[in-house]
Formats: sequence, structure tokens, C-alpha cells
Amino acid sequence: MATLEAYLTAGAEGDLISWQVQKSAMELFGCSCARVEEAILTLGLLPARYQRNRQTISIAGQLKLFRSRVTVIGCGGLGGYIIEQLARLGVGELVVVDPDVFEEHNLNRQILSSLDNLGKSKVAAAVERVGAINPAVTVTPFEMAFCTANGPELLAGTRLVVDALDNIPTRLDLAEVCAGLDLPLVHGAIGGWSGHVTTQFPGEKSVEDIYCNWIYGKGMEQQQGNPAFTPAVIASLQVAEACKILLGEPDLLRKRMLTIDLQAMAFNELHF
Amino acid sequence: MNITVKLFATFQKGRFVIEQREYPSGTLVGSIISELQIPEESLGIVMINHRHVKLDRELSEGDTLAIFPLVGGG
Repeated sequence: MATLEAYLTAGAEGDLISWQVQKSAMELFGCSCARVEEAILTLGLLPARYQRNRQTISIAGQLKLFRSRVTVIGCGGLGGYIIEQLARLGVGELVVVDPDVFEEHNLNRQILSSLDNLGKSKVAAAVERVGAINPAVTVTPFEMAFCTANGPELLAGTRLVVDALDNIPTRLDLAEVCAGLDLPLVHGAIGGWSGHVTTQFPGEKSVEDIYCNWIYGKGMEQQQGNPAFTPAVIASLQVAEACKILLGEPDLLRKRMLTIDLQAMAFNELHF
Repeated sequence: MNITVKLFATFQKGRFVIEQREYPSGTLVGSIISELQIPEESLGIVMINHRHVKLDRELSEGDTLAIFPLVGGG
């Protein structure tokens, strides 16, 4: 029997491998979707699902994304969109962390929620959703709240962390744990029509600065709630930052923050 | 001294969006926030001329002060 690599090379159309060929290879060679995807990209070929990525992300870049592990803390409004986009982008390993189950009030914005999974675990929904979109992506769920005690275990081996939390004290803890572990952190937060995004690298303290006036409680989200579009916008900006970090692209939101007011349609930049 | 004060999102309600205001020299950021009756617990980031500052920062003639509500949801 031919090797997996020979099978894939023979099955390529140009440099694209269709899902059908990828699936047959899994069955014929008894290997996982992830193993086949890595073989395809290592051969300099491209799974056909990524063909619209290719003017933006090279095959070498796609392999880099595939070999990356990203941890998403929070699987709610922001986290759902972040996980969705990282999976479609082709990031190979996702670690997802959230202690909660879906409730009815999540349905207005949380893309992972549905009538069928009310009362069910958010991380379990993330595993299911990613499996349905892109089975080459490995998802490791942790149904627990992030804290400074479990942080090092949850973040072990990760390349970067995305903050999709819903409360300020845990955001501050996460920023501190990431700093201690020398991990880049993409921070995003929302409230009503507004949100903000920044990227914090080790040695920087942007998140601490953002919340230097915080005394207690929640922000604007307490009174304003969170409509459908705000998490989608902020999450997308966070994923663009994460993608750039993984690919080693310049012009990150380091030492600066973008604040977005969708009611005024005003974007402002703040420098730390 | 002349200071441009810009308020964002919910802070605009019952106040203003942008105003030129007069303050005595040596005025601190925190005093302007108190004068505008912005509750401390709802205060997010504050910047002067697009740079992050703390409440004990002294303003200078011609500064633009921008005040944002706290945002922490996800």
C-alpha cells in the first residue's frame, strides 16, 4: 500500500486536497483528521477548505496555525465567536475554559447557544461545534472557572491566551498569570454598544492599566446588557490579533488599545 | 486653562459629548471627574491626548481629556 503522503500527493488537484480525499485518507490509513491535515500541509499542499485563506495566509502560515495551541478563557458572547473563528482559521489545538451552562438569556448573542442545548455545558457545546466545522482541530474542554490556582495547568503548552471572560477581577488574575508564564494575552471586553481590545505581551501591564480605576462590580454591561453585534465585533478583532501573533505579523495592538462605540460608530485609539 | 473634555457612551447622557471648559491651573483629572458627577465605580479608562492617565494626573493648557465608562463584560 502507498504511504499516506503518496496517497495525498496523488489525490491533489493542483495543490488542493478535497475533504473527500482527506476523509478517505483517514479511513484508508486509520489516522486522525489532524494527522492527515498535518501531512497535507507538510507536503506543501492545502486542504481545500482553506483555499479562500490563501491570499492572506500562506501554506507555511497555515501549517504554523495548525501547529499552534490557543487557550480561550470564557465560552460565552466573546468566546463563542472566538472559538468559531479560530476553528475556521485552522488553529490546530484549542483549549476552552468555562464553568457555565447555557441559559435562555444567552440566546440573544452567544453563538454556541441554541434552544437544544439550554442547560448544557458551554465547553461541551464548543467541542461539538468545532467538530462539526473542522474536525482537524483538537479541542480540550475544561468545565471550570479560571483562577490563579488552576491557571498554570490550564495554560500549559499554549502559545497565546484569549481573554473572553465576563468579570473584571478574573480578567486581572488572568493577566497576572499570563505575565508570570510569559504568555501573550489578547484582551477584549464589551458592555452595551461599546467594547475594547488590546494585546498584552510579557512585561507589559495594559490590562492592569485599563482597570486601574476599578473598585468593585461590573461595568456598563450591568445596565446596558450585551446585544448580538457587540461581542461579534470585539471577538473578530481579538481573533485577528491572535492570528497575527501566531503568524509573527507586525502591527499588533501592543501598548495601545482600540475602543469601539457602535452607537456613535466611533473607533478611538488609546496609548499606554 | 482651557481643556477639551470628551465623554463616551453612557457618560454622555445628561451631560455632553464634547465641551471646551475652563479650569484653574493645577486641576487634577480626578477633580474634573468628580465635578461631572461621574460615579467612581462606573469609571473606566481616562486619557489625555490619547494617552492613558491616572486620576492624580495634573492637566495642562490645551489638553484633551477623554473619559470612558467601565466595560468588563464578555
